[in-house]
Amino acid sequence: MDPIRVIRSKTVVMPSTNIDTDQIIPARFLTTTTREGLGAALFADLRNDPDGSPRPDFVLNRPESRGCQVLVAGRNIGCGSSREHAPWALLDYGFRAVVSTEIADIFRSNSLKNGLLPVVVDETTHAWLLSHAGAEVEIDLASSTLKLPDGRAVTFPIEAFARYCLLNGVDELGYLLSKADEIAAYEARRA
Amino acid sequence: MTAKTLFEKVWERHEVVPETADTPAVLYIDLHLTHEVTSPQAFSVLRARGLKVRRPDRTLVTMDHSTPTDTAQIFGGVPIALESAAKQIRQLERNCAEFGLDLIGLKDDRRGIVHIIGPELGATQPGKTIVCGDSHTSTHGAFGALAFGIGTTEVGYVLATQCLLQRKPKTLAIEVAGRLAPGVAAKDLVLAIIGRIGVNGGTGHVIEYRGPAIEALSMDERMTLCNMSIEGGARAGMVAPDETTFAYLDGRPRAPQGEAWDRAVADWRTLRTDAGAAFDRTVQLDAGAIEPMITYGTNPGMVAPISGRVPERPGDAVFSRALAYMGLEPGEPLRDKPVQVVFIGSCTNARLSDLELAARVLRGRKVAAGVRALVVPGSQQVKREAEALGLDRIFVDAGAEWRESGCSMCLGMNGDTVDAGLYCVSTSNRNFEGRQGAGARTLLASPATAAAAAVRGRITDPREFIH
Repeated sequence: MDPIRVIRSKTVVMPSTNIDTDQIIPARFLTTTTREGLGAALFADLRNDPDGSPRPDFVLNRPESRGCQVLVAGRNIGCGSSREHAPWALLDYGFRAVVSTEIADIFRSNSLKNGLLPVVVDETTHAWLLSHAGAEVEIDLASSTLKLPDGRAVTFPIEAFARYCLLNGVDELGYLLSKADEIAAYEARRA
Repeated sequence: MTAKTLFEKVWERHEVVPETADTPAVLYIDLHLTHEVTSPQAFSVLRARGLKVRRPDRTLVTMDHSTPTDTAQIFGGVPIALESAAKQIRQLERNCAEFGLDLIGLKDDRRGIVHIIGPELGATQPGKTIVCGDSHTSTHGAFGALAFGIGTTEVGYVLATQCLLQRKPKTLAIEVAGRLAPGVAAKDLVLAIIGRIGVNGGTGHVIEYRGPAIEALSMDERMTLCNMSIEGGARAGMVAPDETTFAYLDGRPRAPQGEAWDRAVADWRTLRTDAGAAFDRTVQLDAGAIEPMITYGTNPGMVAPISGRVPERPGDAVFSRALAYMGLEPGEPLRDKPVQVVFIGSCTNARLSDLELAARVLRGRKVAAGVRALVVPGSQQVKREAEALGLDRIFVDAGAEWRESGCSMCLGMNGDTVDAGLYCVSTSNRNFEGRQGAGARTLLASPATAAAAAVRGRITDPREFIH
C-alpha cells in the first residue's frame, strides 16, 4: 500500500443518508475471486439503467465529477454488509476519502485497511460540504485535518495505529505477525 | 472487584496484548467461520506472503452465499448455472486443499448457512470470540459469545495469526420487559428495536439484550434477535448464557463432552453481567406492546406495526426517494398491499422453528394465485428435520418451492432473485435497494407474516392465522 499524506481534490456529493454497501456494490458483483476492477461495478444500480446505459442524472455520470477523489456522503455511509468489495470499488474508481458525519463500523475498518480515508466531520462542516458540491478540499492525514477552500480547518478522529500504518504505507498484518511469541504464550496459557 | 458486563468478561479473556493509547488490543479469536465469497482474496494474500493458516482446527469452512439451492445442481450432476459462482466454489475447494482446511463442501450433509451450522454443530459456544467475513456473525452472540463481522483483509489476519487488532467498543444495554404477545415473533421484536434505535443507533457499541422477555426466548429466537444487531449498527449483540443455552448445546458434535462439559457449564455460568456493572447506554422496551412488524422502506429502521401506515415526512427528500423506490405513498395503510413474492429463509429466519411457524400458517392452505413462494432451509440438517416432520409436504402442497439450503434470495447472489418492481415479503434481514435483485422491493417480516402474505397475496396480519 502506498503511503497517504495529503489528498487535494474537488468533492462529489451524495447527500443520501444510510448509503449501504449493497448500494456501493450490489451482491451480484461479489462472485469474483480478486479485488481488481471493481470500480466498474461501483454504485452500479444507481449509475446505470437496467440496460446498462448510464443515467445522466446520477452524480458520478456528470462531467464535473470526473477525477474527483473525495466523496461527501450523508450520515451513516457504509452500513450493512461487511463486504470489503465496497472500499475496493470506491478506490478502484478513484476515490481516496469518504467524508460524512457518521461512518458505519465495518466499512470504516475495511476502508482504513485499504487506504480509503474515513473522515468524520461535525454537522456544520458537513452541511457546508453538502451544499458546496465540487468544493476543493485538502485532507492532511498527518495532522488529521480537513481544510475547506476558505481556509477553515477541522480535525477528524482517526485511530493512532491506523494513521501510523497509512502514513507509512504498512499494513497491520506485519505487526500481528511480530506478536507471534505473545500469541503462542496465550495459546499455551489457555490450553 | 469491579463489576463487569458480559462483554467485558469475554473481551478480557481474549486480550493477547491489551490496548494502549498508541496500539489497539491484540484480540484472540476462538472460532473463525469462512465462506466462499469473502475469503478468496485473503487466501491470495497468504499465498503471496508465504504464510500458513495458523489454526486449521479453529477454522470452520463452508459454502453458502453463491451456492445454488436447486437440488439438481447440487446432487444431480447438473452444472452450476452461474459460472462465476461455480468458479468461486472451486476456488474455495482449492484453497482448503492447499492450506489444509477441512471443508464442509457442496454435498456435505452438514452444509448450510454458516451462521446456522456453527450453532447446530455446537462450535458456537458461550464466552468464545467468533468472527467471519460476514456482518451477520452477530448471530452467534445469542450464546454469550462475542461475535462480529469482519472484512476480507481481517479474514487474512485471522487465518495467519488467529488474532485481530481491535479497539474496545462501547456497551449498549437493551432491556426488554414483559413477554411477547401470541403471534408476535422474535423478528418483530428486533424490527421494533431497530425502529426505536435507528440503523445507526448501535454504531461503535456491543449490545447486550437483557430482561425477562429475552430470558424467555428460545435459542432460535435469540439467534434471530442477535442476527439483526448489525442492522441497528452494532457489530455484535449478546445474550447471557443460561439453562436454555446449555440445553441447546448439550450433546452437539463439537460441544464439550463428559467431564469437559461439566467444567464448561460451570465456567459459562460466570458469563453474566455483574450487578452494578455500568453500560455506556441503556434503552428500555416493553415486549408486550410490540405488534407484528413489517418494513416499508429501504433500510430496516423504516418499519411499522403491520396495522399501521406509511409515515408522512414532508420535506425529507431521502425519505421520499425511498418511498418512490418502494412504490408507496405517505399515509398509505400497509395491510392489504398486494405482494408477488414470498421468501422464507436466511440466517435470520431459516431454523427449524421458523419453518414450523410458517408451516402453521400454510398447513392445508394454498399460496395465492400469482404469488411465488420460496422456502429455503438454513442448513441441510434443518432440511432433514423439517422433512422428518412433514413440513416439506405442507409447503409443496401449498404451492411453495422447497429448496436445498443456502443464503439464496436474501441477497440474490446465486441467481435466486426478485424481479424489478415486484414486492417480496421476506424473512431475511435487509430491505436495501437492489438487495434481492435490481429494482426489487423487499418487505421484511417474520416467518408467520411472510406465510400469511403468501396465502392471501397481500400484506396480512399473521394473527388472522395464529391465535
